[in-house]
Amino acid sequence: MLAFLDIPIVESVLYIIRGTGYTVGLIVGAMATGLIIGLPLAAIQIFGPRWSKALAALYVWFFRGIPIIVLLFLFYFGVFGFIEKLLKTYSGYNVALPPFLASVTALGLVSGAYQSQIFRGTILSLHRGQFIAAKSLGFSTIGTVFHIILPQALRLAIPAWSNEYSILLKDSAVAYLLGTMEIMARIGHLVSITHRHVPFYLLAGLLYFLLTHVGVVALKALERRTRIPGLGNDPQEV
Amino acid sequence: MGTWEFYTEVLIPVLNRGLLLSIKIIIPSAILAVLLGILTGAGRAAGPSWLKKPLDLYVAIFRGTPLVVQLTMWYFGLTSATRWLQPLFEPMGLPAWTWMMFTMRPFTAAIFSFALCGAAYHSEYIRGALLSVKKGQFLAAQSLGFTKLQTFLYITAPVALRRAVPGCGNELIYLIKYSSLAILVTLKELTGSSKHIASLYFRHLECYFLTALYYLAMVTIATWLLNRLERFLTLPGLGRYDA
Amino acid sequence: MTFDQLLTATEPTPPLMEVRNISKSLGGKLILDDVSLSLNRGQLKVLIGPSGSGKSTLLQCIHFLLQPDRGDVILDGKSAWEMSHFNICSFRQKIGMIFQDFNLFDHLTALDNVAIAPRKVKGLRRTEAYQRAKEELARVGLSDKFDHYPAQLSGGQKQRVSIARAMAMDPKIMLLDEPTSALDPELIGEVLNVIAVLAKGGMTMLMVTHQIGFARHLTDEIIFMEAGRVVEQGSPKFLLDDNSESRTALFCSHLTELTGR
Repeated sequence: MLAFLDIPIVESVLYIIRGTGYTVGLIVGAMATGLIIGLPLAAIQIFGPRWSKALAALYVWFFRGIPIIVLLFLFYFGVFGFIEKLLKTYSGYNVALPPFLASVTALGLVSGAYQSQIFRGTILSLHRGQFIAAKSLGFSTIGTVFHIILPQALRLAIPAWSNEYSILLKDSAVAYLLGTMEIMARIGHLVSITHRHVPFYLLAGLLYFLLTHVGVVALKALERRTRIPGLGNDPQEV
Repeated sequence: MGTWEFYTEVLIPVLNRGLLLSIKIIIPSAILAVLLGILTGAGRAAGPSWLKKPLDLYVAIFRGTPLVVQLTMWYFGLTSATRWLQPLFEPMGLPAWTWMMFTMRPFTAAIFSFALCGAAYHSEYIRGALLSVKKGQFLAAQSLGFTKLQTFLYITAPVALRRAVPGCGNELIYLIKYSSLAILVTLKELTGSSKHIASLYFRHLECYFLTALYYLAMVTIATWLLNRLERFLTLPGLGRYDA
Repeated sequence: MTFDQLLTATEPTPPLMEVRNISKSLGGKLILDDVSLSLNRGQLKVLIGPSGSGKSTLLQCIHFLLQPDRGDVILDGKSAWEMSHFNICSFRQKIGMIFQDFNLFDHLTALDNVAIAPRKVKGLRRTEAYQRAKEELARVGLSDKFDHYPAQLSGGQKQRVSIARAMAMDPKIMLLDEPTSALDPELIGEVLNVIAVLAKGGMTMLMVTHQIGFARHLTDEIIFMEAGRVVEQGSPKFLLDDNSESRTALFCSHLTELTGR
């Protein structure tokens, strides 16, 4: 079927599948980074002293207000370039930081800002009396966080997470500009060999569409499996 | 060239020119996206069922694929499609514009794809807001003798549009940020001109940081304006759209 | 210090818990003004008073959920102020608290709600904790509701779970903050029954309630609070006597008129 494209089919398919692996790696890395940044940031925004709240708000404002392309350039050419130069002058090593790392960093920092908003919302929606009850049973602050707050906040965050996942997936397509070898970069490469734009970009669209769908369905299943009667709203039709 | 001269004589004038082009892309895309979004949303919420299915499909496709892919598709894809149409149309004696009309200039392609993609997102908020208007309101309007169109214009739409404002506003903020994708179709807007200068002078950190500040300013001003609009439209006791 | 020792030495039975001169301001407003009281082993005392008189704040201060501005709580001869943060947590373990709106953990079943604190705070083994939780739930008559989540229980059942949850920590004292006032009238009885059983079993309790009829039968002493101060205290017989002109009797007659209880 693809014979008219004049390229080795099996190799091309494997080539794109490896790219899909990169895309998935980007998203998993970025979501994990975002979770690690977002949870403490949310806690600071709710429970922290005033100066730390202001810092957290500044972080969120900054990373939510900048296009992902500009952040990618800023991190890869700007910050990473600066670090490479420093390493070269002070240690003499010629280090090239991989574009994948820059992409995960930029996407993860943005996701941290958005995820902090998600967790802030879910923690605030929890029934506050439980925190006092935990205290009265002798739980320490850390115990309350791990046994009472997190199990509920993480569950309630799943629908918003699925949203965040599909946004990240679509944003990750920009990472090819840095030379990260994900789906778009490889599709672009194949296009430049074959000069066939339409079928390959349609294929890219289809791949992203499927990835979005698989992720959303998986998270929906996770939501249903971890659902607790009476906790949060009933899963809505989207 | 000193650092100061670099800023005042090179970077800032170029970024300002880029900013102007960005705004020229953002404003028509925003207007088109909102109008198209309202039509699509209304069609999906209240239209006949033969219309709902294709509109749902349109929204699913445009929300499910990255804007990068869409933009590339419209720009490069249509241009290359022209190459297929030419050998078809030319023997039929058709003039050149009949196949050339499918190619888009970068500027047109950017606005076209931003508007189409944005409309799909807007329609979600419009549809949700329309569906959130309580059934009792229709019954009350109909019992007063309103026609269907009058009910929509005077009862449903005023409430629903208010509820859609926060969500649609958010989408406009996204549009400001995603207008930077226009760099992909060779446009020298804010990001494009910044990249040009950065690679010309090897001053990546300063260039992109300043560009980031330009976008932050745009986003902050737009957020402020949208908050004013939202407050202006608030009816006492009528809740915000529950996202 | 020596004076304190002298005091406790001269008393016939040392009180299990003593609340000394607690004051507390919240948001610039004085909520508690020099409140003192003591509880002997096995006593049930009832705290009544109009809303806003500081009863709930007093219970939270006794539990050190709110730190009092001045004053001290002495449990078993040990002052709460002299404890480190870690010891405050174990101090809280020795006092059980029942809340007006239950405050069950929304993400845990009834059984897990009762078992989690013994497991995670006391470090009991899983099997032991669940064994204990089952016993406590059986004692409040909820053997058939182990796997129900809070949202699947009625108000009265939720409050009984919360009593079981507090009892599973083997508290020396129970503080009850209006345990029945968020309940529908037909559900109040089941909760009061459980509390009565606890009282007869010798549990030391301090209870805020508007259930005067219930209080009159079980309590040793009624403490009447108004505007952050203890105004009157004494036996129910004395305070609630028909001919008594106490503030308590006046307040209670208003209550009866309003609620018909």
